Amino acid sequence: MRGPAGRRSPVHELAATVVPALALLVVLVVAILVITSLAGGYDAVAVMRAFWRGSFGSSDALLSSTLVRATPLILAGLAVAFAFRAGILNIGAEGQILAGAAAATTVALTLADRPAALVITAALVAGAAGGAAWALLPAILLRWFGVLDVISTIMMNFVALHGVGYLVRGPLQEVLGIYPQSSTLPDAVHLPMMVPGTRLHLGFALALVVSIALAVILRSTAAGFRIRVTGENPFAARIAGGIDVQRTGMRVFLMSGAIAGLAGAIEVLGVTFALYENLSPGFGYTAIAVALLGALDPVRVMLSGIFFGALEAGAGAMQRDAGVPSVLVSVIQAMIILGLLATAWWRAKRAAAPPPVPGASEGERLDEATAG
Amino acid sequence: MIDVAAPFLEATVRTATPLALAALGEMVAERAGVINIGVEGAIIAGAFGALVGAGAAGLGAGFALAIVAGCLVSMVFAVFVVALRADQIITGAAVTLLGLGLTGVLYRTMYGASGAALSIPTTGVLVIPVISELPWVGRALFAQPVTTYLLYALTPALAWWLYRTHAGLALRAVGESPDAARAAGVRPDRIRVAAMLFGGALAGLAGATLVLAQAGTFAEGMSAGRGFIAIAVVALGSWSPWRTLLAAVLFGAGFATQTLLQALGWDVPYQIFLALPYLLALAALAGAAGRARAPAALGRSN
Repeated sequence: MRGPAGRRSPVHELAATVVPALALLVVLVVAILVITSLAGGYDAVAVMRAFWRGSFGSSDALLSSTLVRATPLILAGLAVAFAFRAGILNIGAEGQILAGAAAATTVALTLADRPAALVITAALVAGAAGGAAWALLPAILLRWFGVLDVISTIMMNFVALHGVGYLVRGPLQEVLGIYPQSSTLPDAVHLPMMVPGTRLHLGFALALVVSIALAVILRSTAAGFRIRVTGENPFAARIAGGIDVQRTGMRVFLMSGAIAGLAGAIEVLGVTFALYENLSPGFGYTAIAVALLGALDPVRVMLSGIFFGALEAGAGAMQRDAGVPSVLVSVIQAMIILGLLATAWWRAKRAAAPPPVPGASEGERLDEATAG
Repeated sequence: MIDVAAPFLEATVRTATPLALAALGEMVAERAGVINIGVEGAIIAGAFGALVGAGAAGLGAGFALAIVAGCLVSMVFAVFVVALRADQIITGAAVTLLGLGLTGVLYRTMYGASGAALSIPTTGVLVIPVISELPWVGRALFAQPVTTYLLYALTPALAWWLYRTHAGLALRAVGESPDAARAAGVRPDRIRVAAMLFGGALAGLAGATLVLAQAGTFAEGMSAGRGFIAIAVVALGSWSPWRTLLAAVLFGAGFATQTLLQALGWDVPYQIFLALPYLLALAALAGAAGRARAPAALGRSN
């Protein structure tokens, strides 16, 4: 199947896995919406219509809601997926997003009167650096002290939250000193729009670029190979591959933080235009679902990010127009993750079972040959 | 001084109570090698269970339904982690989303979007005569809701059980090396499921404390990250019952400092005190490598 002769092109492979998955997802979402409507006494048709209208129903919904919402989800999803690929459990995207947003806001407000292109670039770079800096401590703790990445990144999320809480009531508070948020960024340093007349900013294009860049790195570079091997079998990577597993892990951790930080910077420069505590409604946690649904593959993570963006945009419209609580999205997200886990278990079980037909497969004949 | 310190200590213990309950449950699960970041989901489920139970049949039913709800959420986690050998972190994240989402949807459909003024019975504080008159700490320790007193009994009981009984030894063995434990005739899966259910029950009680002893009502997402804080508490408490209790008090003090500074009118950035316990926990994990060491098999599926 995977031999050189039978190798399918990436596009075909994508189509073969994405289409059935998408069909299943749509069925799942519709089923949950119908069940909720029936249980809660809502008009199921109206619910569905509102959901569609808010997500894909019009070019405005798609460009100004779905794709805008998808942007931070794609980037945070990529950050999580990239780390997971190297076996790093970065649950800290949420904190890294906040750190990136804080760094970008600081730079953008400080440089505000310089040329716009310079300010925007500097703010984006600062955001990535801020996110990487936020991942640095967990990375150091993991490499030299063996502190579990899960635990340290969860703690750093809270430190970031309280840090931003301090900034927006202290040094970065708006001029009047009333609201816990930073001053609004001047119009000149907002991210340019991709499509005039919509809210779709350049950040979406950046997210696509990052996802393609990661795909290339993982598939076709030596560094990408080291990352994949480190994640799949750190022991073999070290013994047989001569790979410095620790250093690879550390680099991936920092890069994952940088991607999440970039998401925070883009959110500030393209959507909120100011720093405040609730800047991220849990993007960093949803990112785990995005990464998993995308099977940790950068291109598929991008599609999965758009799917989740549509889900959240549709849910917003559903609450406004049909009265169904939008927190239903969390239930759908949870069901998707649990469904994926159950499928993975079922597949592994089937793969482990002896083949039902006589005549073993090619791989097993090879095993017998070498064993005999 | 004492008129400022006494309310501060009282607030510290009040905030620490749900944290300590959830953290002790999580500590037991983690000693069995299971890191459950779904505690957040179990706490919010417990809170909602407390609302429904207390609204329908009084306080006792409130606490009972909170425990049941916490256990149910942990059961979902346990099925995936133990039976399906799924990744603990990913499952935990899903379970948290499930708990937050389901309670939100149920709350809105059952009680209306406005949330209406809900009147449910609350526990209030149970003042223990004489000793609650002690200066400084009297009211902080002995004029608290009943779940605080539960902690006074639970912590020593857990310490005894964990270090002085065969069952406790078996649990710790499973957390260090499931294979070795299996070879010694222990069934790791059973012990892990039991530990997760215990954690779920305590998380449910933590949620019930929020509703029945503190807020007097339910709000969407009122667990407010306490499940994740509980994981930090366990780490700062270096996986031991007494130190976990102490760590919860420290986190509680961090929160109470915010109110204290506002009461004193001092213009000090209180966020430092909110963030400090997390930094201390990280330092404890890094510095005292010998003492604050996680169970060896923590987070592994097999």
